[in-house]
Amino acid sequence: MLRFMINRAGQSAILLLIVTLITFFLVNLAPGGPASTMRMEATEEERQAIVEKLGLDQPVHIRYVEWLKNALQGDLGTSFTSSEPVIQRIMERLPYTIELTIFTIVISVILGIFFGVISTVKRGKAGDHVINFVSVIGLSVPAFWLGLMLILLFSITFKWLPSSGVGPRGAEFELWGWISHLIMPVLILTTTVLPHIVRFTRSSMLEVTSQNYIRTARAKGAKESVVLYVHALRNALIPIITIIGMLIPRLLSGAVITEAIFGWTGIGTLIIDAARGRDYPLVMGITVMITIVVVFCNLIVDFLYSRVDPRVKNV
Amino acid sequence: MEVSTQSTIQADVKTQVKNKKSTLLSRLRENRFAYFSLWFLVLIHIVVFLGPFLWTVNPEDLQQAGALAGWSLQHPFGTDDLGRDVFARMLTGGRVTLVVGLGAMLCSLLIGTVIGACAGFMGKVVEAVLMRLTEAMMAIPTFFFVLVALTVLGTSPLMVVLVIAFSSWMEIARVVYGETLKWKQYEFVEAANASGATPFRILTRYIIPQIIPSIIVAGTLTIAGAILTESAISYLGLGIQPPTATWGNMLQNSQQYIWTAPVLGVLPGIAITVVVLAYNFLGDGLRDALDPKFVKK
Repeated sequence: MLRFMINRAGQSAILLLIVTLITFFLVNLAPGGPASTMRMEATEEERQAIVEKLGLDQPVHIRYVEWLKNALQGDLGTSFTSSEPVIQRIMERLPYTIELTIFTIVISVILGIFFGVISTVKRGKAGDHVINFVSVIGLSVPAFWLGLMLILLFSITFKWLPSSGVGPRGAEFELWGWISHLIMPVLILTTTVLPHIVRFTRSSMLEVTSQNYIRTARAKGAKESVVLYVHALRNALIPIITIIGMLIPRLLSGAVITEAIFGWTGIGTLIIDAARGRDYPLVMGITVMITIVVVFCNLIVDFLYSRVDPRVKNV
Repeated sequence: MEVSTQSTIQADVKTQVKNKKSTLLSRLRENRFAYFSLWFLVLIHIVVFLGPFLWTVNPEDLQQAGALAGWSLQHPFGTDDLGRDVFARMLTGGRVTLVVGLGAMLCSLLIGTVIGACAGFMGKVVEAVLMRLTEAMMAIPTFFFVLVALTVLGTSPLMVVLVIAFSSWMEIARVVYGETLKWKQYEFVEAANASGATPFRILTRYIIPQIIPSIIVAGTLTIAGAILTESAISYLGLGIQPPTATWGNMLQNSQQYIWTAPVLGVLPGIAITVVVLAYNFLGDGLRDALDPKFVKK
């Protein structure tokens, strides 16, 4: 068990290293380099001063090593656009994205397993076809367009829900204000992952129900509901844990678009601002943080997996 | 002698592939959604590629009808906020969107097939490195990198295609890797090896032809994803830039005019949804038709 976890942690560290390497070189090998795009109005001398101050006159690989040294000590540098520490800007935004994704995951997993099981029970019947059809539609609608249509319907026509923002926070916190701001973003983000969970649950259930021990249970005379919900579902759930781990990157990608539509001040809108403003230290910082989040989630998933399925321990 | 054995085996493989294709189409016909999607896609490609020759209004011309005009005979879908003909923009925009989708699919097929086939065929260090790379790419939220890459590298159509391709080849690589592992154990591959065929020849002439059906499925689903990614980055203003129309960037400004001209916001969105839906149905249908486990009883 310990060896398994150490192994995974080692792999995660390598992943992080690769990600930072790719991003750093991508950002720094841009035509003209980072200095060319900072503050257009700066004079040549000012520019030179900034370049020297930030150490941009050094070769790329030396800067990368420098950056990595600082990053390992928890210093991700200073944002170009706001002169605040990168880590501070990220930490202001990250909780909002985590809030959005946690609500989405919980809702998607509950609904996904529910519809997936229904789809298996009604295999080949109308219910199965409807669920399958709706799932494919969910995979095909551009999330941002669906978001616009929802805003048109619920914010502009009926005036039920606010169209943007994170709602009242801190001292003015108010329950309905909070929930009403969450509903549409969570709904949109859910459409990007729910179909995957439904389809995966369905195929996992079909796989399990064709096993011998299910036939044995039926032959014993167990009720169909007991066979499905007790015998089959418990084993079908094991691979579903994996798919949730695999969906986390997709979820975070979806969060970028969702946050952009609804003006949700999370890490997704921050990366858009950082990329548009060519705020390279911030871009680097966000990529590192987002990769750490993914790696952390994967470690949790691996851990859960090895708890639920004893066979994994020997891998 | 050596040559004749090789060519017989090759002929065998060819008929195998041919048989697979014909059963594929007839099995696909059983799935109404997929079959309908196939013909719908053929139709929409014809309309979008031939349409601009018949509907000769310039999509980038500011028309005399004025901005945000309603529908009329001259402008069946009206005009947009700059007075450009929406119907003409839908046609040429569809061209760009579909070409970006197809281009990104072809590039990611190339990357995915090369990586998957090399990893599966060579094994050892190459396999370990390439497959760890694939897993690493699958484990990160690629959309963040797409955004960063496009702001750094620019937003020319070619760059958009390449960036989307580099963020979506992983699924194909995994499929090709798995299939290569499976096929390289077969006797006809061993026979080819024994008769002195080079590894490159074995891979390109014996193994990859067997994998083509799976590659087609993965490719179809990749187009769907590529079109969605293109429209999302266009919405954020980081995709192909106006005045060139794409269905994605037509939606970019539509938000402001949603009341005065709902067509501007609704039409491109529906077009994207329907085309992506058709590609998804087709891909699913092809997968089911190829997978003996899911054949309908």
